[in-house]
Amino acid sequence: MSNENHIRDNNGLQPLLTLENLKKYYPSDVKAVDGVSFQIYPGETLGLVGESGSGKSTIGKMIVGLEKPTDGRILFDGRDISGLSSKEMMNLRSELQIVFQDPYSSLNPRKRIADLLAEPLKVHRIVPAKDISGEVDRLLELVRLPRSSKNRYPHEFSGGQRQRIGIARALSLKPKLIICDEPVSALDVSIQAQILNLLKDLQKELNLTYLFIAHGLGAVKYVSDRIAVMHQGKIVEIGNKAEIFHDPKHPYTKALLDASPIADPRLRNKKKLTNVPG
Amino acid sequence: MINMNDLLKVDHLKTGFESDYGTIVSVDDVSFRMKSGETLAIVGESGSGKSVTALSMMRLLGTGSRIMGGQVLFEGKDLLKLNDQEMCDIRGNQMSMIFQEPMTSLNPVLTIGYQMCESIMIHLKQSKKEAWASAVEMLKKVGLPRPEAIMKEYPFALSGGMRQRVMIAMAMSCRPKVLIADEPTTALDVTVQAQIMKLMKELCEESGTAILLITHDLGVVAEMADRVLVMYAGQVVEEADVFTLFEDPKHPYTQGLLKSIPRLDSDDDAELESIPGAVPARYESIQGCRFYNRCPYATEKCHAEMPLLTVTGKDHFTRCWEAQRIEGGVEEVAYE
Repeated sequence: MSNENHIRDNNGLQPLLTLENLKKYYPSDVKAVDGVSFQIYPGETLGLVGESGSGKSTIGKMIVGLEKPTDGRILFDGRDISGLSSKEMMNLRSELQIVFQDPYSSLNPRKRIADLLAEPLKVHRIVPAKDISGEVDRLLELVRLPRSSKNRYPHEFSGGQRQRIGIARALSLKPKLIICDEPVSALDVSIQAQILNLLKDLQKELNLTYLFIAHGLGAVKYVSDRIAVMHQGKIVEIGNKAEIFHDPKHPYTKALLDASPIADPRLRNKKKLTNVPG
Repeated sequence: MINMNDLLKVDHLKTGFESDYGTIVSVDDVSFRMKSGETLAIVGESGSGKSVTALSMMRLLGTGSRIMGGQVLFEGKDLLKLNDQEMCDIRGNQMSMIFQEPMTSLNPVLTIGYQMCESIMIHLKQSKKEAWASAVEMLKKVGLPRPEAIMKEYPFALSGGMRQRVMIAMAMSCRPKVLIADEPTTALDVTVQAQIMKLMKELCEESGTAILLITHDLGVVAEMADRVLVMYAGQVVEEADVFTLFEDPKHPYTQGLLKSIPRLDSDDDAELESIPGAVPARYESIQGCRFYNRCPYATEKCHAEMPLLTVTGKDHFTRCWEAQRIEGGVEEVAYE
């Protein structure tokens, strides 16, 4: 599947999300995010890679309003959402959802799956009360979980199944943009592909736009159309997937590519290791 | 009979945990051997028994778990029969271990120098002054800047990568013959991971240390290992040298794993194949193959009867009825 046709096609296509010189400084001079700008266009996946502490998760949190930017603007559908009150943000939540890394701690262990999925539907009045049960069934079907899951608790599910529930919750509000913050990092290798494929299929079915945040280059390459590379709070390189992987310009991108292990023992001695200071 | 080339031989190891539901066997009949200077990787998912195998070998299992059978022969001696003092003399000296979490495996209230010197003084019988000098030398070797200053630091002052270098320095300080590394780079960034892997390789080549590398990351395996052991649900399902395993995997689980990792070295946008389902939660009671519920080739026989690990090629062993049928192999692996 190729998404090449709707990449960077700026003529006529409005970006769904625009970050303008976004900054997040913490006291004691920590510049977690230091002047980041990029656009995400409808229907595309922008991969955001970087190592721990590079500021990639902080960007995700600022977009969904879980962190307040120190400076800069976040435009969603043309509207500045960086200074919204929590009540105004609440209304926007239905269009802007996040899937977290750890499916073990992001579901309330005392609620059944039916209630976990019904909750956002009720809060945001997505469907009339009488239709909620049917909508929960539809969501489960969407993420390929059996209907019998409804009456079970989160602990009865494996990590991959829990991540499906997390995705179903994010989908329940029919969002336009989903921030996927390391959605497969906590999962076993044999399960990761299931979730990556689900995310790709759902994108096609529902015309979703993703910001896919991860440190593993393999997963990012598989799902993204364009990729932004972060280092120490700044975007050091952004481009379409082929450019980043075949013709990286920035030394940090090159170092990251060199350092990523390739699952082919025949290639092991062909790489040179570049040291990354800091 | 012991093959003199074998530094270490694990033979039919079986380890279980006591639980409310009875004994849960988490390592079931695991056998392998290691030569000096060789890197053997154990790959598997969480719960496959790879870490418990390592902990059993080092006799570091917690209470509630016990070794139920088998042997761990180190230079011909069965480690499982040694008394605690004899085991202490080997552990940290001839066999040492690096853990995944460099934060939690260093003592936060003791300086790096104290922790480094402790094992050198005990095992190499050096004086405090000599041990200090060897520790500084070791820190230099693992590429840490300002080793004298780091000796006086506490763990919190170091980054994750630096702490893992300290752990490696500590593990290598007594020139062990076997180094067990349990997910040594999983908590680290890829650029740091690459440096740490390179460092481990160099140190071991220099001293002839054999590495038992435990990991879930097939990329790390491809870069580091000479031989690979694939574990699934407590059992070894395939063993081969690293090139054979990646080129010609015989077990459907290994095949599935290799197809399910996104590749960095190809531009193929084809959909990743994924292994359906998940590892069975309780597998001791399964009579047949433990991969049965996820296997594309499963037959009645697989459901009814557990396959044995059999020869499916030169130094290539697989636990699968279908692979045996294709290879015509019936010869069970005999670790004699």
